[in-house]
Amino acid sequence: MRMVIVAGTPGSGKTAVLIHALQSINEMGLKSAVVKIDCLYTDDDRKFAKIGVPTKVGLSMDMCPDHYAIYNLEEMIDWAGENQAELLVVETAGLCHRCAPFTVNSLGVCVIDATSGPNTPLKVGPFLSTADIAVITKGDMISQAEREIFRERILEVNPECKIIEANGLSGQGCAELADEFMKSQEVSLDQEKLRHSAPLAVCTLCVGETRVNKKHHRGILRRIDGFQSYEGE
Amino acid sequence: MIEEITIIGGFDKQENPEPVKKVIIKKGEIFGVVGPTGSGKSSLIGDIEQLSQEDTFSKRKILVNGEEPSYEDRTNPRKKMVAQLSQNMNFLADMTVGDFLSLHAKCRGAHSKCVNAVIELANTLTGEPIKKEHDLTILSGGQSRALMVADVAIISNSPIVLIDELENAGIRKHDALKALAGHGKIVMVVTHDPVLALMTDKRIVMKNGGMQAIVGTNDKEKDLSKKLNKIDGLMLSLRDKVRNGEVIDNVDVKI
Ligand SMILES: Nc1nc2c(ncn2[C@@H]2O[C@H](COP(=O)(O)OP(=O)(O)OP(=O)(O)O)[C@@H](O)[C@H]2O)c(=O)[nH]1
Ligand SMILES: Nc1ncnc2c1ncn2[C@@H]1O[C@H](COP(=O)(O)OP(=O)(O)O)[C@@H](O)[C@H]1O
Ligand SMILES: [Mg+2]
Ligand SMILES: [Mg+2]
Repeated sequence: MRMVIVAGTPGSGKTAVLIHALQSINEMGLKSAVVKIDCLYTDDDRKFAKIGVPTKVGLSMDMCPDHYAIYNLEEMIDWAGENQAELLVVETAGLCHRCAPFTVNSLGVCVIDATSGPNTPLKVGPFLSTADIAVITKGDMISQAEREIFRERILEVNPECKIIEANGLSGQGCAELADEFMKSQEVSLDQEKLRHSAPLAVCTLCVGETRVNKKHHRGILRRIDGFQSYEGE
Repeated sequence: MIEEITIIGGFDKQENPEPVKKVIIKKGEIFGVVGPTGSGKSSLIGDIEQLSQEDTFSKRKILVNGEEPSYEDRTNPRKKMVAQLSQNMNFLADMTVGDFLSLHAKCRGAHSKCVNAVIELANTLTGEPIKKEHDLTILSGGQSRALMVADVAIISNSPIVLIDELENAGIRKHDALKALAGHGKIVMVVTHDPVLALMTDKRIVMKNGGMQAIVGTNDKEKDLSKKLNKIDGLMLSLRDKVRNGEVIDNVDVKI
């Protein structure tokens, strides 16, 4: 199975861009399937269904959505195979700026909204810095100068990535993205690794503690002054 | 060196082939783009800005000197052939005017001395002065527009210049056009303003997302353009008087 993992902040235009790209993929004769991961709710499956691509939703509920996506990759690949797909596209929820769900051999795509301001590329962390492709959306809403600065900022964070300026409404740039999808390679999960380790999240909050006072917390904890320690047995 | 660009027609909103199949714009020419709101004027110059290769919904193709531009030419801002003043009236970037202009100058490979020149030029086009330490997002529509014009004129110094509705936001449009349309450039001006439209050499008429016709500005129109300029000058001076709190007691309408 070839695998494309698409990350990006909520509402950045992941689905809009993918709809156009997957239509091109279809025209090029490659069969694809999409899995949308979100936390509580999504209606992206309806949007993908409209273009006739097999679609599955995974809601992570109480689990971190990126961890959930990584943990369920095998099921997703099996499901895509059952649907005769040769290309699996995973659209993540993209909430945490510390996780990057890209695996080494998948194609890692980061979708980033140009209206979010030129400091955003500096803030979003590994899902931009480890991406193969950065797709900039909503450039139609800002000046050319702002677009050029945004682009430069992305290259500061990830000098190696290929930048595609796309428009989720008109589909401009999405054919180019589809060409990159066509170049993606087969992934077998046996030996597959993440590009970037997920952040530590082992503490009492993770298992349901709701009291805020410090004295109730155990685990790997980091103070605002930068001091990190392990509290517990 | 860019001698000419070619627009190869695509399809209108109903997917019919555009009546105008091919437009060639040569160095030194100013083209207007006219048509009702929603007729596809901004989309047309958007296609040129991206040097589209049948990859937008209009399926137009843009050639430079008769050839397809390279990927590098289309995307690298340092090599960028096109400077565009879009229709947007406000900046969204959260930074000061000075930081913004320095960053943009860096992107375009322009000298950092440009920053002051841009602010100076912008302040000749608009009312209340813009300062380096102002936040971009607090600028008024007119101030933002003036700054965008000056930025395009000085920092984005490209051989192809695209201008979308310069007349908006009440800046001095003649001065703005003069600053933008330097000598030997290829210039396209989207406009609803007859004064600006008649200042161009030819105009592309848009309808329903497609290029309908090309109208050359004839000698009579060029004469009329001079008259319209006078009327416009009169309106401008009246505007300035009203703005400055003066009372208008007489208007000389004999032109
Ligand atoms: N102006 C403009 N709007 C866009 C563009 N791309 C997407 N949008 C709009 O942005 C909104 C969000 O787009 P989606 O594709 O749903 O975003 P998403 O990243 O899939 O969102 P989630 O799946 O909820 O995280 C929609 O209203 C789109 O129409 C673009 O290039 N320009
Ligand atoms: N050739 C075309 N095919 C399909 N849709 C188009 C075409 N040209 C323009 N449109 C659509 O029409 C709408 C208005 O176009 P726009 O360029 O903003 O018009 P104007 O600048 O003349 O007001 C836009 O949403 C655009 O997507
Ligand atoms: Mg989505
Ligand atoms: Mg317009």
